[in-house]
Amino acid sequence: MNKYLERLYNGIIKENPTFVLMLGMCPTLAVTTGAMNGLGMGLSTTVVLILSNLLISAFRKVIPNGVRMPAYIVIVASLVTVVEFVMKGYTPSLAAQLGVYIPLIVVNCIILGRAESYASKNPVLPSVFDGLGMGLGFTFGLTCIGIIREILGAGQLFGHQVLSLDWFTPITIFVMAPGAFLVLAVLVAVMNIVRERMEAKGKPLASPSGCLTGDCASCGQSSLCTGRKDTAKTE
Amino acid sequence: MSELYNVSSSPHVRSKDTTGRIMFYVLIALLPTSIFGVYNFGYKALVLILVTIASCVVSEWAYNKIVHKKNTLGDLSAVVTGLLLALNLPATLPWWQAVIGGMFAIVVVKCLFGGLGQNFMNPALGARCFLLIAFAANMTNFTIDAYSGATPLAALRNGESVDTMDMLIGRTAGTIGETCTIAILFGAIFLILMGVIDLRIPGSYIVTFVIFMALFGGHGLDSNYIVAQLCGGGLMLGAFFMATDYVTSPITPNGQILFGVCLGILTGLFRTFGANAEGVSFAIILSNLLVPMIEKITIPKSFGQVKEGKKHE
Repeated sequence: MNKYLERLYNGIIKENPTFVLMLGMCPTLAVTTGAMNGLGMGLSTTVVLILSNLLISAFRKVIPNGVRMPAYIVIVASLVTVVEFVMKGYTPSLAAQLGVYIPLIVVNCIILGRAESYASKNPVLPSVFDGLGMGLGFTFGLTCIGIIREILGAGQLFGHQVLSLDWFTPITIFVMAPGAFLVLAVLVAVMNIVRERMEAKGKPLASPSGCLTGDCASCGQSSLCTGRKDTAKTE
Repeated sequence: MSELYNVSSSPHVRSKDTTGRIMFYVLIALLPTSIFGVYNFGYKALVLILVTIASCVVSEWAYNKIVHKKNTLGDLSAVVTGLLLALNLPATLPWWQAVIGGMFAIVVVKCLFGGLGQNFMNPALGARCFLLIAFAANMTNFTIDAYSGATPLAALRNGESVDTMDMLIGRTAGTIGETCTIAILFGAIFLILMGVIDLRIPGSYIVTFVIFMALFGGHGLDSNYIVAQLCGGGLMLGAFFMATDYVTSPITPNGQILFGVCLGILTGLFRTFGANAEGVSFAIILSNLLVPMIEKITIPKSFGQVKEGKKHE
């Protein structure tokens, strides 16, 4: 498979940050009261993720190893500030809805995780596609949760009433905090079932063993890893 | 000779009490309350009770079928859960909401955590709280032909006076099973006589609650107010039938008393300072979560055990 497409597939399906890696749980649970919020949060994170991967990958030979974390944070925080101002300017209502969770993208584990495990070790273009794939995977996860919660909790889809209130009683718990946990748990369970089926068929998806790169040769934890490739064992 | 040398592992003392048998006693004990609920609230209550029980039983059967587990319907626990849940619902609740409640109780609260014995909170109350948050308007609609308007607790909160005699015999608004205190007490006495429950949890619960209400209820030792608080809402039903659930209450004797004290304080807090007039169900599921910690600090001393520090004296 093409290297770039492989990165996209990896981010959206194989190592989906929401359902497989379980990263970025705070915005996942907090802002997904509706499909629109999930989509907005996912896309703004995607933009930050692509640009931060691009910059960090471009500067990877300049940034000294000892201060790489502060350097990443400076890059990510600058990008988040730009995104926040753009959102406040062009989509003020969405920005108001997401509130404090936009500045909090800075500390989203997905962004630092990708910077640390992929962008800092790989060339620019694959890193950009890695950011795009991870971002779309995150967007996909958040939008799925948002759609389910909005339909069950309010009978709406992207703000439009799809289930008539004449016969549908909204199950309000789903737009409240407990609903986020219930929906996320059910979706992760579904994802696990899919993965087991795929493995039974001989087309395994990645196991969520904490492996972020799939590159066993340069991985510092390959000695502890349970899911490493056989080539790594023989080394 | 052979008996003398017969070596086997514990348990050596066996009783005839099976889970199914104990659950059957609980069902009998709940009969007076259920009958009175149906008499009081009409055929709607009967339909709701049957629908909820059916929902619980079918959910348990279907779950075990889907995950290829042994069928556990025989222990009757699903029936008890369904009946308890129904007794905690207002008779006006739409039937499909009761079905969702039954499914939530069995699948989410009980089976997903490993089935009976592994659930960390009372399934019936977990489902009641789920429904209370999910369908707040339907769950607090107590309008029935005979008794319209507020529950006694809501009336008390608004500073109105209530007739405690009416509350004892159940001529008030409320959920199906909570109104008639006398019927609940009949069932409770039966359970105590059969040895299914003892008085530690309900006793310490009620005593703590009375003390709390006398101190913080704002009416001092006004007996009318305290009796109304005791008989109103789900306190009696909760104290005798749901707080005493074997799975979700402590097993140590001191822990059971501590558990009851927790319940009394939490219920008092929710009723006096909370946003709602009622707080028994939230108090019980919150205390259910404290059970592992309560058990940890109340492990009884075994016979002959010496404190760590004294060993070397």
